[in-house]
Amino acid sequence: MNWLLVIAGAMVGAPLRYLTDRAVQSRHDTVFPWGTFTVNVAGSLLLGLITGAATAGAASTHTQLLLGTGLCGALTTYSTFSYETLRLAENGDRFFAAANVAAGVAAGLGAAFTGAALAHAIWA
Amino acid sequence: MAGHGRGPDPVPNEPVDPDVDLHIPAQRDELRRRHAPVVAAVSLGGGIGAAARYGASLLWPTQAGTFPWTTLLVNVTGCALIGLFMVVLTELDSAHRLLRPFFGTGVLGGFTTFSTYATDIQRLIEEGSPRTALVYLGLTVAGAVAAVWTAASLTRRALAWRQR
Repeated sequence: MNWLLVIAGAMVGAPLRYLTDRAVQSRHDTVFPWGTFTVNVAGSLLLGLITGAATAGAASTHTQLLLGTGLCGALTTYSTFSYETLRLAENGDRFFAAANVAAGVAAGLGAAFTGAALAHAIWA
Repeated sequence: MAGHGRGPDPVPNEPVDPDVDLHIPAQRDELRRRHAPVVAAVSLGGGIGAAARYGASLLWPTQAGTFPWTTLLVNVTGCALIGLFMVVLTELDSAHRLLRPFFGTGVLGGFTTFSTYATDIQRLIEEGSPRTALVYLGLTVAGAVAAVWTAASLTRRALAWRQR
């Protein structure tokens, strides 16, 4: 059951990342990988909210596995994040490569804190 | 590539975005063509990748308040694999068009996770372990970038050596 919940969540999260990436890219013609940035920030916000809800006793283990480990885990990605950073650096966009890491980590952390604070405001 | 303010690309033809790079003509087709098979391949791969990550978390569980080694190793391993995979994919003349969406976007994207990384740091800070949080933050970024760079460089070198 637990495995099925993780897999079901991920089978929605991964294509959601792909479709978001495509939609964002077709609207912005820049070298900066805004698509991956968007899903990583959104997923961190949602996981912060879910983890906070679980701490407050408002989210079951099943919810955590389906939406947290499965959906948020697959919606966000570290492999694409690091590969994009490498390609930006190799293309001579050293500034964008460094900015991608700094902005990605800062915004992801901010989102996780915001999600946790929201959960605290709602359920605690 | 031209007109985007990029310098000369020492390794042309490799996309910047491994999920889908609309600057690459072949991948731009994914906007026009019926993309249900691509979405299905990403979904299937994502399920497999996430199951592998969940399995790792059961094999090597992380106690609350301690250093999240399992997530760090999962993310660094996934970064090494995508560096290897994307270079091999560029060299393959006849790669199946669903191979990148399935393995790169799906399996590796589902295996690695950014949200767990971010919330682990947030929890470590709120639970009173800011030093562990900071080391984890830095080690993951450094490990991920080093892994993808090393894997891509070694693979390019190995392929160039084979072609000589």
